[in-house]
Amino acid sequence: MSDLQISVPTVADLAAKNEVPEVLFWVGCAGSYDDRYKKVTVAFVKILNAVGTKFAVLGSEETCTGDPARRAGNEFLFQMQAMNNITVLNGYGIKKIVTACPHCFNTIKNEYPELGGNYEVIHHSSFLQQLINDGKVKMKEGGAFKGKKITYHDSCYLGRANGVYEAPREVLKALDADLVEMKRCRTTGLCCGAGGAQMFKEPEKGKKDINVERTEEALNTGAKTVAVACPFCMTMMSDGVKNKEREADVKVKDLAELIAESQGL
Amino acid sequence: MGIIQQILFLVTLAVAFMLIRKRVVRIKSNIQLGKKSGVTERSSERWKNVLLVAFGQKKMFKRVIPAFLHFWIYAGFLIINLEVLEFIIDGLLGTHRVFAPFLGGVYPVLMNFFESLAVAVLLACVIFLIRRNILKVKRFWSAEMTSWPRLDGNLILVIEITLMVAILTMNATDQLLQSKDDHYVHTGQLFFSSFLMPLFQGHDTQTLVVIERAAWWFHIIGIFGFALYVTYSKHLHIFMAFPNTYFAKLEPKGHMVNMPIVTNEVKSMLGLGAAEAPAGEPGRFGAKDVNDLARHNLMAAYACTECGRCTSECPANLTGKKLSPRKIMMDTRDRMEEVGKGEKGLQDDKSLLGDYITKEEVNACTSCNACVEACPVLINPLEIILELRRYVAMEESGSPAQWNSMFQNIETSFAPWKFAPSDRFNWSKDLQSK
Repeated sequence: MSDLQISVPTVADLAAKNEVPEVLFWVGCAGSYDDRYKKVTVAFVKILNAVGTKFAVLGSEETCTGDPARRAGNEFLFQMQAMNNITVLNGYGIKKIVTACPHCFNTIKNEYPELGGNYEVIHHSSFLQQLINDGKVKMKEGGAFKGKKITYHDSCYLGRANGVYEAPREVLKALDADLVEMKRCRTTGLCCGAGGAQMFKEPEKGKKDINVERTEEALNTGAKTVAVACPFCMTMMSDGVKNKEREADVKVKDLAELIAESQGL
Repeated sequence: MGIIQQILFLVTLAVAFMLIRKRVVRIKSNIQLGKKSGVTERSSERWKNVLLVAFGQKKMFKRVIPAFLHFWIYAGFLIINLEVLEFIIDGLLGTHRVFAPFLGGVYPVLMNFFESLAVAVLLACVIFLIRRNILKVKRFWSAEMTSWPRLDGNLILVIEITLMVAILTMNATDQLLQSKDDHYVHTGQLFFSSFLMPLFQGHDTQTLVVIERAAWWFHIIGIFGFALYVTYSKHLHIFMAFPNTYFAKLEPKGHMVNMPIVTNEVKSMLGLGAAEAPAGEPGRFGAKDVNDLARHNLMAAYACTECGRCTSECPANLTGKKLSPRKIMMDTRDRMEEVGKGEKGLQDDKSLLGDYITKEEVNACTSCNACVEACPVLINPLEIILELRRYVAMEESGSPAQWNSMFQNIETSFAPWKFAPSDRFNWSKDLQSK
């Protein structure tokens, strides 16, 4: 499958041919600009190509959902962003959206409807789980992750905020990996420290950084792979692993990367 | 003698009723300082929350040991209070155990059941006192647990223990009197209180009557006093938890309350045609003081019993930041009480933000919803925090400098980081050139 022809159609390309994508891949700002998370975007696009999903991206027409502005209190800016995005999405007749960012997921799913944007919104963890369940992504017996300890860090905006706890875990179990839980997981999962626009400023004075506290907990499981499903968690946990000087033997990976790797993509 | 007791009781009952009524009126008007919440829809889901979370204590059982102990006290409170009804009728009519003749053989069974609950409550309260004061469970000793909140918690437990001892004393002397005085209805053996009987055996009938009456009066005045005290105390959760679960948010926790007034302005700015103008005065953007919050936020402050589960799960608090979701609720309540009590009301040159809650606290929140998830009675401190942030950002432009830069980046580059919008799709070029 490695010779796969990768294509990334834009919604505008399809519209020129009078087509609408089955599903829009909302890349998000981190997925577009952050060097680390761009790899996740690429991994997910490879999976979409491999399974033949009729998808498209907005490309340069995509803009910030407004989530960090809203959480930081700037409702005007949030609604300006939201309204512009909704105009674009509705203009293209988008019905279904998948995204690898739980913050974009939460905002488009829960907050755009009140502003006139009604779509079926799904996080890439649930999307991947469906692909596995439908047999579109087939797991090989005794793959690269067989028996290896992986721990999963719950994203707040996926877990508590939207009740998605099991999809990411099902994806990891499909890898035949040994999923080890941290003490604080699912409903009591500890935040990485980046939510609520914390990603964009230094933390307040305290005795410790939240991501270090969480990384210590992840390292204590003995897992060599920390699975995440959020760009901010990715940054915070990777920084935490560096802080603990464990980047040589512990990797922070997104679910899409793990699946792509297992498929040899 | 009998008639004097009846008159005294009537006076006591009337005074208790008036004092408690005054507090109820005050609390109601304090809550009405807030903006109307307009919660009317999805009532069946709301009743389900009341049944499962408030009556059923579902969320308490996330921490099993305190949940069981609390359940004893809760069940004891609900059920033993049936006996208070008998107390009140007896007090007014000058009867003694007025329900006994009607219930016949069931009465002793009921009394024994009440006694076993009383003992369970007593034990639970003792264990809770030990947890608070000897084991020093961490969440009862954090920064916002200053002398009054700590005393409040202990007082409630001590009062409850005293009330239970009064019931048992009353029943012990009552049983001794049953063979001596016809006024005392035969109840059959009451298991737990009969252990106390040897303590009073040596006394003559006269003394026993005095002790029994004293215990009876102590218990009933104790209950009235407790009911009044509760309105000033964190213990008000025994009532407010129920409406609070009804009015709790039903949307996914990640959803933030929309501001229709902003939607209107944004729509007209973008030339999308303003929807109908929102009713009422525009008011402030976000919240600076209690009157800017929704009524259900204010009611929640009265439903908080300061258990601190929220704070013990808060990532900011756990890592030493000043933010404590419990303090947000305590401050909201204290500010409401101050406004309600003060002659100047809201015009006292003070406000919730600034005089009670600082920006440093509000800014430290990661909006992770751990506090919301942890609350056994569905209080949402996050809604208040986010409303305070809205005020700071929109009315004061006083957000942290790095947030202001982030706002600017979104305005100019449509991303929270300063990247050129034209570079947004570059990742695909890298992919295709590989």
